Amino acid sequence: MSYAQQMMMILPEIVLAVGALVLMLVSAWGGHSSARGVSWTAVAVLIGAGVALLGPASHGGEAFYGLYRADAFGAFAKLLIYIAAAVSIMVAPRFFATTSGDNLRPEYPVLILLSAIGMSVMVSASDLLTLYVGLELQSLAAYVLASFMRQDTRSAEAGLKYFVLGALASGILLYGISLVYGFTGSTLFDVIAQAYAGDRSLGLLFGLVFVFAGLAFKISAVPFHMWTPDVYEGAPTPVTTFFASAPKVAAMGLAVRVAIEAMGPAVDQWRQIVIFAALASIILGAVAAIGQTNIKRLLAYSSINNVGFALVGLAAGTQAGVSSVLVYMAIYIVMTLGSFLIVLQMRDADGMPVETIDSLSGMSRTRPWLAAALAMFMFSLAGIPPLFGFYAKFAVFSAAVESGLFALAAVGIAASVIGAYYYLRVVKTMFFDEPAPAFAPMDSKVEGGLIAITALVISPLGYLLIPALLSATNMAARALF
Amino acid sequence: MIQAIAFYLFAIVVLLSAACTISSRNPVHSVLWLILAFFNAAGLMVLVGAEFIAMLLVIVYVGAVAVLFLFVVMMLDIDFAELRAGFVRYFWIGLALSLALVCEIFIAIGAWSAGGIDFARRAAPIDAATPNIEAIGTLLYSRYLFLFELAGLVLLVAMIGAIVLTFRRRPDSRHQRVHDQISRRSKDAVRNVNAPVGKGVEL
Repeated sequence: MSYAQQMMMILPEIVLAVGALVLMLVSAWGGHSSARGVSWTAVAVLIGAGVALLGPASHGGEAFYGLYRADAFGAFAKLLIYIAAAVSIMVAPRFFATTSGDNLRPEYPVLILLSAIGMSVMVSASDLLTLYVGLELQSLAAYVLASFMRQDTRSAEAGLKYFVLGALASGILLYGISLVYGFTGSTLFDVIAQAYAGDRSLGLLFGLVFVFAGLAFKISAVPFHMWTPDVYEGAPTPVTTFFASAPKVAAMGLAVRVAIEAMGPAVDQWRQIVIFAALASIILGAVAAIGQTNIKRLLAYSSINNVGFALVGLAAGTQAGVSSVLVYMAIYIVMTLGSFLIVLQMRDADGMPVETIDSLSGMSRTRPWLAAALAMFMFSLAGIPPLFGFYAKFAVFSAAVESGLFALAAVGIAASVIGAYYYLRVVKTMFFDEPAPAFAPMDSKVEGGLIAITALVISPLGYLLIPALLSATNMAARALF
Repeated sequence: MIQAIAFYLFAIVVLLSAACTISSRNPVHSVLWLILAFFNAAGLMVLVGAEFIAMLLVIVYVGAVAVLFLFVVMMLDIDFAELRAGFVRYFWIGLALSLALVCEIFIAIGAWSAGGIDFARRAAPIDAATPNIEAIGTLLYSRYLFLFELAGLVLLVAMIGAIVLTFRRRPDSRHQRVHDQISRRSKDAVRNVNAPVGKGVEL
């Protein structure tokens, strides 16, 4: 295969990398005044990378001696990642203008772009080394972003906590990788799959456990979820928006790829781990969220809960299961982006952000449209039928039932009722409590438009998207089998 | 013959300098002894044909790590009497650790004499005639080129991160403005004054 063909396969990453480097230079010389221009150019670069997915990047096959695989699965995950990254860039300028005192620094979009390169490499990895380098590129940018408001102690704490625990998780993952490499003799996924198909030694199983533990940290599945609430609460809200959406898709895509492509023959072994992580995440995410008073912490537990549901689809281990995971992640990022867009609107009269759930009291009377939108996102996250979130849960549970995992589906559905309680509590606070002081009016057309779009997708109208979504996810899932 | 002499020379110096590292009273001397130990360990690596590791030892350990140590030791105000105070308390755990190390050495010697590892059975045996720097370089810049470039991006992120998190403009700091210094001409700075006798000069 010629070099030019391989470069065409990684065109989205090249577009992002060149864009990030040029924008870095612009921001180095332009300083603070270039922040807005850099932000919008970064969004354009992400759109460009999305357009580049139309070429060989979505069906090219293996590149660079099997290190990288350009297929429909990667392309679908990348599309979600780029959308989430673009939204996180678009919501940032207004937030930083009122909170940090020194406006948005132009490095923010540059770091998001670099993180997006890491994520795109992650979902296209077909070698353990590619997996690790992509993961580190994504994580390192994320650590910096978490402590981006360096004057704010909570933000600095979030960054440090994320960094230390992330480094620990990387260590666990690397230990697993070294065991897998040692016992299979290769880092390529297809060679590893051959080794797992044969006689599985104890070392191979240990490697599998450690690799899954490392990946579970990155998707914040229980029992490796402890960092999530603290980091989500401490990080600046646009960064939390980013953390809850794009890296989740990337890490989930990576986990699916490793599970199916590298360790597919050992499905009975990893299924136990995935089932445990799924149930523990669903239950803990639901129970621990009940006592929260901070909306960002609540959404952090909600993301843990949702990762559990996505893992139910992975536990099926079938093509339908993978397809349902992708459906779930696609709908999940729309719901979570919408929720955080509304959290970004929670500002007191001075424009400073407020994060308590109590401050939402009586929002249906002060800001009826916003309250209606948040109520929709909450109902959708709870999986209540006419909304699109129901379809996501339906897809993963039907995949689990098709594979005969009845107990898992039953417990999952029962636990989702617990989860519904705290989502409904937010709705109750907004609609039935005495009004708290009203939030500052929304002055950004971009954010208003984004809320409207996400709300429209989540509304029952979203069901019109199902044929397109299913054909895309089925094609993506087929690429792995 | 010459190899044997070189081996004993390097080995003896490694052992001696390692002993001096832990026994010298002044921590700056300790670090200097450590650097000597690293250099001689690098010599040993060259003798076994691992010249790449030898260079890594010199560049990474001597060039970066040990020099960093030296800076830290010289800049920190350490109370050495206090550092030594816990000797009796930590003696037993230290003894246990050293016992474990001795046992491991015996196990390693046992494994070595049993001849367990067969290098010819490696998945990708390398040609003995190829220097290992060349072998690593060939892999790194061909098969793993994609990852090499990505690793470059990881380092770039680290650099941007360090600047983003620590850099701030200090308008009141008195930094050197090289351009202003160079573009200054003598006619801007020097004034010829014809000083009248007994009047003095007005500056």
